Amino acid sequence: MKRFSIHFGLVLILVAGRAVAGDKPPEPAYFSWQVKDFAIDRPLGGRVGVAERGMAVASDGHRGNCLACHLLPISRDEVFGDLGPPLAGIASRQSVGAIRLHVVDQSYFNPETVMPGFYRRPEKLHRVAKAYRGRPFLSAQQIEDVVAWLATLK
Amino acid sequence: MNRYLAFFVLMLLVAPLMAGQARSGYAYLTPEARELQDDDFGNPGLASVDEGQALFYQPGANGKPCAACHGDQGEKLDPERIARYPVYSERLRKPITLREKIRQCRSDKQGGPALDYASPDAVALESFVRRLALGVPVAVDVSGPMAAHYAAGKQLFHTRWGQVDIACHQCHDYHAGKHFRGQILTQGQTNGMPVYRLATGEIAGTHERISQCLTSLRAEPFAIGSPEYIDFEVYMNARGNGLKIETPAIRY
Repeated sequence: MKRFSIHFGLVLILVAGRAVAGDKPPEPAYFSWQVKDFAIDRPLGGRVGVAERGMAVASDGHRGNCLACHLLPISRDEVFGDLGPPLAGIASRQSVGAIRLHVVDQSYFNPETVMPGFYRRPEKLHRVAKAYRGRPFLSAQQIEDVVAWLATLK
Repeated sequence: MNRYLAFFVLMLLVAPLMAGQARSGYAYLTPEARELQDDDFGNPGLASVDEGQALFYQPGANGKPCAACHGDQGEKLDPERIARYPVYSERLRKPITLREKIRQCRSDKQGGPALDYASPDAVALESFVRRLALGVPVAVDVSGPMAAHYAAGKQLFHTRWGQVDIACHQCHDYHAGKHFRGQILTQGQTNGMPVYRLATGEIAGTHERISQCLTSLRAEPFAIGSPEYIDFEVYMNARGNGLKIETPAIRY
């Protein structure tokens, strides 16, 4: 687990530097995260998730695309996949920290999972196309938005 | 109670057989798509076969068309042999795919011009030739020096790729028959290659199809005809040994 904390300090310094300069800090490409008891308790990069935005990310085929594999409790007329379990009521079965780890890197629970790692460390990925190199599938803000939305599904 | 027990025992016996069994993508098609594939006039993939047939009659630089050696309808080509590709070349010390064999023929027997591996002409000729083996079971021999290529292809099939970070087998070995959005996942078998894709309206051979998959995983595809794709093809064709050739199959 230690290896995930290597960059955390560096990123904080970068963010702090920007804040001092008075700009709104742009999203860094990657924040490190730590797993404890199969959960990530601290929000990625300290971002605050917004549930409404999270639902949009989850149901967008070019962003979270959660509905490609999961039945989601949203009222829109959509075609859902069934590779993963339905997510209605997920927050009554899992803690927020566990939900965060599921979204960030499901392979902690099942090394052979077909679920993409939405926030795996970019260096762990193989042969990423140029346009996507150096960053995970979703941004820290998008992860936190999705987690915030999933946390409302009780 | 006994009935449940009998069912349980039956499943114990049958499950391992079901798990390891190769199934053609045809098994996952809708009835409408199957009908389209089986239609000798309506199957849109046949356009590629027809193009290939036209090229089969076209003379090479030395004036000889393919048909001069292989017969007007390609009837002198052995369908059983077609079903065994890729085969190992002792001379070149590497596996030769069917498309590569056609390219060699063009360069060595017809005096050129060279056929680009990724060209539509090469895909069309492959479609025409493989169609000659329609219904013949795939039978790739992966013994001897092919074993290493089979192993390399299997390794590639089991590697997580791209920003999405998924390996081929995680969808195509574990989840065939399930839905990814509206699409039914297949085992990713190659017995219908080159296939006509309903999703793109285009014909794709094994290398083109893997490129499309890798691109959707946000990975950098390999080059068409590259050693990596040839190893992929060795593994994937052998993985489907026994499946009948369906070229040009209809797939999503």
